[in-house]
Amino acid sequence: MQGLPGDLIAAAIPVAFIMFVVLNFGGLLTWVERKQSAIMQDRIGANRASILGFRLLGLLHPLADAVKMLTKEDFMPARADRLLFKLAPFVSVFFALTAFASIPFGDTLHLFGRDIPLQAVTLNVGILYVLAMLSLGVYGLMMAGWASASNYALLGGQRAAALMISAEIAIGASIMGVVMVYGSLDLQDIARGQGQPLLPRVFGSWIPAWGILTQPLAFFLFLTAGIAATKRIPFDTPEGESEIIGYFVEYSGMKFGMFAMADFLETVVIAGMTTALFLGGWQVPYLQASGFVFPWGASVALPHLAVVGLQVGSFLFKVVVLIWFLMLIRWTLPRFRYDQAMRLGWLGLFPLSILNIVLTGIVLLALGR
Amino acid sequence: MPTHYQTSRAEMDPRHSNKLSLRQRFYLIEVLVGLKLTGVRFFSNMWKHTLHMFGVKGARGAVTIQYPDERRPYAPRLRSLHRLVRREDGSPRCVACMMCETVCPAHCIYIVASEHPNPDIEKVPQRFDIDLGKCVFCGFCVEACPEDAIRMDTGILEFSSFSRRGMVYDKETLLALEPARPDGAPTSPVPIPADRRV
Repeated sequence: MQGLPGDLIAAAIPVAFIMFVVLNFGGLLTWVERKQSAIMQDRIGANRASILGFRLLGLLHPLADAVKMLTKEDFMPARADRLLFKLAPFVSVFFALTAFASIPFGDTLHLFGRDIPLQAVTLNVGILYVLAMLSLGVYGLMMAGWASASNYALLGGQRAAALMISAEIAIGASIMGVVMVYGSLDLQDIARGQGQPLLPRVFGSWIPAWGILTQPLAFFLFLTAGIAATKRIPFDTPEGESEIIGYFVEYSGMKFGMFAMADFLETVVIAGMTTALFLGGWQVPYLQASGFVFPWGASVALPHLAVVGLQVGSFLFKVVVLIWFLMLIRWTLPRFRYDQAMRLGWLGLFPLSILNIVLTGIVLLALGR
Repeated sequence: MPTHYQTSRAEMDPRHSNKLSLRQRFYLIEVLVGLKLTGVRFFSNMWKHTLHMFGVKGARGAVTIQYPDERRPYAPRLRSLHRLVRREDGSPRCVACMMCETVCPAHCIYIVASEHPNPDIEKVPQRFDIDLGKCVFCGFCVEACPEDAIRMDTGILEFSSFSRRGMVYDKETLLALEPARPDGAPTSPVPIPADRRV
């Protein structure tokens, strides 16, 4: 397993895993959205699509949706910009997909004498990469709004740009606190840093230094701004289905489906980012590279593959729980008006995240780090 | 600026005030209260769904009635698709007196009378068509009938057709229908419209 083929395989494992997980999560989220909202609202939810009489709790509805969207008329307005109109949904989905690349889902995997880092792209500026990809995703919406030759779509695209700017600034500024605490822009380093004990002189090694404990204010700010970045309710002003319908008003068929897909993919990305930054990433409490080491002295030795499996499972579990929470928010809160969303972004989240940076700096200075 | 019609009740009862309290304007606490409500509801319903799946029939996590498979009970006086009542020998009880055709406000009943072979019975309908595309389901025909020959108790509501012609139900179709069960569930199958018969 030396030489180029081995290198390629080693590089392909994390990429394939990320693609598999993110794409499947994106598809399954349509099912999760239907079922979870139904359970919250005393309903049953979509359960009629079946193959040979097997309904599988409605799990076949995403498939039925895909078949429906692929066979629908693919309409384009007469005065639309043909190239941009066709390109926009692909841009939207592409950047939503690639954003996950630098999020680590496990520590380094040692296999056949190789060290395989469990993230698709090993970047020392991973945070900036994710931010850049999330911001570039909005180009798809602006292109859609401009190319549709429709005033409502244009309004939606403009709103998407405005919302994305106000959310991006809050996201970037709230992450700065995390970066200051863990001293790195590499998401893998941040995930490793969250395995260290929190304030060992006070708590011993009982509490891991997860981001939600070291940066509680940033957690709330990032989550709020992250929900805004997914463009889903309560921050659905670019779509605004009850007022302007938004940037995808002229889209139909699978192109519309891709915009909807991009929203779900961004939900997965935000859940992954929140996990990596605030919920310890792939860390399992008290799990070291050699196995469990409990603070009361006991320890359980585990083989390397079991440790890595636990880490990946832990990461996926946290992502799933966060997605559930994001869905809970989406089906609980009423939507913000456009001006309310802007006010929350610029007068609420942004100053608070600056305050968070200042407070973090003061605390770090006081702790002598 | 408050208008005069808002002030009186708002002063008496703070719950009717349009002004948001500081806690409400902070929003985050209210968000958590709302999330607690829906989250608790989610888990309680999830628990009931799980119990239901394992055979506890009393546990229902949803109020959904899955319509074509399940029906809610209909009231016994519900007016549904008409049927013509039969005599012992299977011939219609109708004597073609034209009362229903006369009383019908929508003019949707069309009767052609003929002689009955039995001299004790005056007439019998040769044709008895009801155009359900016109029928308003007022039930006047049932009330007007002196022979109790037409009833609207089949429980069938799902008749439909792709054409107007298909909405016309003839004597043979209406004679073949049976009354619904006491809970309103139909006992006869939905008749196939005339324009879809092979």
